[in-house]
Amino acid sequence: MVSTGYCCSSGIGSSGKRAIDKLKINHDYGGGKMLKIFRKTLVATLAVVALMATTVAQARVDGNTITLGAAVSETGKYSTNGKHTRNGYNLAVKRINEMGGVTVGGKSYKFKITYYDDESNSGRAAQLAERLIKQDGVKYMLGPYSSGLTKAIAPVTEENKIPMVEANGASRSLFTKGYKYLFAVLSAANQYLEVAIDLAVEKNGGKPVKIAMAFEQDAFSQDVRLGIVEAAERTGSKIIIDDKLPKELNDMAATLAKVRATRPDVLVVSGHSKGALTAIRQISEMKVDVPMLAMTHCDASKLAKQHGKKSEYALCAAQWHKSLSYSDRFFGDGKKFDSDFTNEYGYAPPYQAAESAAALLVWKAAFERANSFDTKKVRDALALTDMQTFYGNIKFSNAGQNIAKPMVLFQVRCEGNKCENKVVAPTKWASAELVHPIPKWSDR
Amino acid sequence: MDLLIFQVPILMVQASLDGALLGILFALIAYGMALQWGVMNIINIAQGEMVILGGYIAYTMYVMGIHPAYGVIVSPIIMYFIGWLLYKLVINRVVDRDLFISILATFGISILTQQLMNFIFGADVVVAQSNFGTTLLFDGMVTLPNAKIFSALISIIFATGLVLYMKKSKLGRAIRATSQNARAAKILGVDTERVYATTFGINAALCGVAGALISITFTLHPYVGLPYTVRSFMIVIIAGLGNLPGVALSGMGLGVFEEFSDYILGTEFRVGSVFTLLVLILVYRRFRLSRKREYLE
Repeated sequence: MVSTGYCCSSGIGSSGKRAIDKLKINHDYGGGKMLKIFRKTLVATLAVVALMATTVAQARVDGNTITLGAAVSETGKYSTNGKHTRNGYNLAVKRINEMGGVTVGGKSYKFKITYYDDESNSGRAAQLAERLIKQDGVKYMLGPYSSGLTKAIAPVTEENKIPMVEANGASRSLFTKGYKYLFAVLSAANQYLEVAIDLAVEKNGGKPVKIAMAFEQDAFSQDVRLGIVEAAERTGSKIIIDDKLPKELNDMAATLAKVRATRPDVLVVSGHSKGALTAIRQISEMKVDVPMLAMTHCDASKLAKQHGKKSEYALCAAQWHKSLSYSDRFFGDGKKFDSDFTNEYGYAPPYQAAESAAALLVWKAAFERANSFDTKKVRDALALTDMQTFYGNIKFSNAGQNIAKPMVLFQVRCEGNKCENKVVAPTKWASAELVHPIPKWSDR
Repeated sequence: MDLLIFQVPILMVQASLDGALLGILFALIAYGMALQWGVMNIINIAQGEMVILGGYIAYTMYVMGIHPAYGVIVSPIIMYFIGWLLYKLVINRVVDRDLFISILATFGISILTQQLMNFIFGADVVVAQSNFGTTLLFDGMVTLPNAKIFSALISIIFATGLVLYMKKSKLGRAIRATSQNARAAKILGVDTERVYATTFGINAALCGVAGALISITFTLHPYVGLPYTVRSFMIVIIAGLGNLPGVALSGMGLGVFEEFSDYILGTEFRVGSVFTLLVLILVYRRFRLSRKREYLE
């Protein structure tokens, strides 16, 4: 499919060149003939444009099918999370279609998704978004996996006034550019670990705490860092170590030795799966004692499974957990989604899959509220979303950010050699009491 | 600038030991690169990917229930044959050609290996557990993971073995002869084709050992090979070609320098400071060289 794009564009290029050459030659024979050729070219161009316009009109809603477009990583470094994203989308499409589809103007429509592989590459993602919109005539978009790729696609959808509901781009910078057609069902990155600082202060009798932190130098992790900086200012806490981990580094020994020497109240680490796995490996090997350890990507890195008891008591931020009590009529509650997803794909859904499924529920509700396929009307309906899904409440701010859903914090807890994630905050959904301070390595 | 390391001097001991242990492991990877660069005049861009592939072999053993430390025996054997095969399929077509062609060829191998590893092992970051425990020094103020000590010891054993092999064995002598003058060696009856294949295989085997050690000390991911290529490249540049003891020293020196710059300048300048050092060394060498020429004239 992709190669066709290149073939056609180069074809147009060469025929255009031939036409120009012809015009050049005819110029010598006089204006009349040239005018004729110009007219012919004009008619042909108009015909092509008209044909393209009809194709586009047909493609967005064809018969009883509403086509959504998505560029999601099938290859490259995001391929695993890309798979979770696709599975989440597909399960929701299947469920919505089985349960009567989308009703617009009294008629029932089915969802269909056109996918392309963005190769985990932001340049490619932007190119494919153009292709989906300009060539395939897609009028409604779903987001890719990761903040970086969403940032690459957002300018394209915005320029073409195509609404996009995304479920896997949490970077705050997505919501500061004044985008009108971007809607994110997930909480922004700066909200990930704020709760942890509040918890640490609460456990310290309301007094400020000393914070040590190490963040990778990428857009997402630096946004998480900003949230911590704000929380520290809010609570009067002091940041005593603020390390920025290079992307290629998988050694944190120096940071951890500094932590041992300075004895902070809480250590915060965020550096995708590699950061989470490296931190637990080296904290356990170097026997670094901290009262609280807060991290991101514990779910994606399968921390509890890969490190077992060594990861016990780590606090992790997550967008969703199956034990939360939200529900909707399509998936029931989190536990039901968990079992349905596991039956379908053979593995338990990480939160990336849950939030992706929620994006489809948002699309369905918006189409039905707009009762139209007009992109402007659908966009306005999306902006007014205020609903509950199994994944959480969804309501968008003017910037398109979901402001109705808090982050959850879970703590890795082990019984024997079996470790699992237990929700400890917000207290409303807590399934276990927070263990604080973390027992010393010498006592474990 | 952070002066914590001067306020808490025990951190200097931790930094030196961490740096030296890390450096020895990197030196092992650089050994392979120096050998192959010296003998075949090929800069192997796929060095890091070969390391990671070696790591995945050890990781697969770990998943099958075998202790990943045995990877230091199994991984080099498998990697030797993979290296040998790569030589026969690709490298032998570029070995006498322009350096640029061989860089392109190995760059291609590196991309192919990354994608194949992604296809076979998935894009998740994985670790193998050695459960070797920790050595506590100075009342627990300095801690050394036994996995890192094990890695350093194994690296030293393999590096020493390689030096002895090159000095004592017949093939080792043939390799050295080829590196000095391939044409003369050929005239004197050395099967240079076999020497090249073996050299490439030995390099792959060393990468296999290093990979197995990395699986128990750091993390594995199909796309994390490049830093290992760059680091070994730098170690070889600083040590100079054909200077095997120099490689070990330069590896350890860089490791310690890196750790100290992390403490003093901050983690974000860790990689940058090593590159700055490389530039300074190259400028200094050039300066010395130009003075030498003046003297000769």
